[in-house]
Amino acid sequence: MAMTRQKVLDQYFMDARHKLIDIAAFLDRVDRAEGDADFRLKAFRDAMKRLDDNGKDRAHDVLMAFSDPTGEPIAVAHGKGACGAWPGQGE
Amino acid sequence: MRFIEPHAHMVSRTTDDYADMATAGCVALCEPAFWAGFDRGSADGFRDYFRQLTEVEPRRAANYGIKHFTWLCINPKESEDMALAADVLSVIPEFMECPNVLGIGEIGLNKNSRNEIKVLQQHVDLAAAHDQLILVHTPHLEDKHKGTRLILDVLKYDSRINPERVMIDHVEEHTIGMVLDAGHWGGMTLYPESKCSPARAIDMVERFGSERLWWDAACDWGPSVPLAVPRTACEMRRRGHDESLIEKIIFENPKSFLSQTDRFQL
Repeated sequence: MAMTRQKVLDQYFMDARHKLIDIAAFLDRVDRAEGDADFRLKAFRDAMKRLDDNGKDRAHDVLMAFSDPTGEPIAVAHGKGACGAWPGQGE
Repeated sequence: MRFIEPHAHMVSRTTDDYADMATAGCVALCEPAFWAGFDRGSADGFRDYFRQLTEVEPRRAANYGIKHFTWLCINPKESEDMALAADVLSVIPEFMECPNVLGIGEIGLNKNSRNEIKVLQQHVDLAAAHDQLILVHTPHLEDKHKGTRLILDVLKYDSRINPERVMIDHVEEHTIGMVLDAGHWGGMTLYPESKCSPARAIDMVERFGSERLWWDAACDWGPSVPLAVPRTACEMRRRGHDESLIEKIIFENPKSFLSQTDRFQL
């Protein structure tokens, strides 16, 4: 690690603060909107819990929270895109 | 600063991008075959595309003093159609002797389907039979971790494949460890919205070391930045890293991997 903790804060705090407020505003926006949310909102909230983890693997843990945990190939690919969160078995 | 852009889809980019990359110090770039944003209708469409990759783009790049190299395949996004994939696989050998062809890529998986895996295995077989380097695309977002595991299984199963001759691209924090542990090289793709940010890519170098890793822009027709590699190098400099380490990631490492084929000459 080339930087001290102080230098990390000096260099990245404002960027992280900006992104955190954007996340807060996103959640407010979702709550203000009408209608049901799909599986992505729950996945997002579950992933946020990983930020509280003690340790140094938060990025890894957040990525895993969004990932398909199964091991078998799917039968057929019906589309090409990914939506960012695993919908669960049978979705 | 000099750098190699190891993954760029220049058929989607303007001539200004070539000029900007050359100005920033790009000496060579590598263009894997990929999905055009729509499914091509026939193998003849791929034949034309492979001519673009082996004849047209090298000339565009040369106008700016950049060496252009390429990889050939049918992208996993089009691998669900087994008949088309078989036709394209039969076309690829026609282009393998072109002077700028580095190997087979970017192959891999997209949605982790059975057909995608079969086509991946066929590409691996083609590469092994012709002693080609391999460039692997790992799936996006929620499919990446599972897809990377499946890809590593396919590669491990084929005893002809030397792991050091395989680059697994688009690694992130949850896949980089398994790729390096399997003896492969890992690529970090610097995208504005998905894959890796510059800060995270540098974090991974700090945590996993600088061996068998490169950065790439993978610039194409989507949100992407042709100058992502030199910008990340600048970010690394801001953190206080030595110039020698920066040069290793953006020049020496890609040169080392790609020089495993005689075709890669700077």
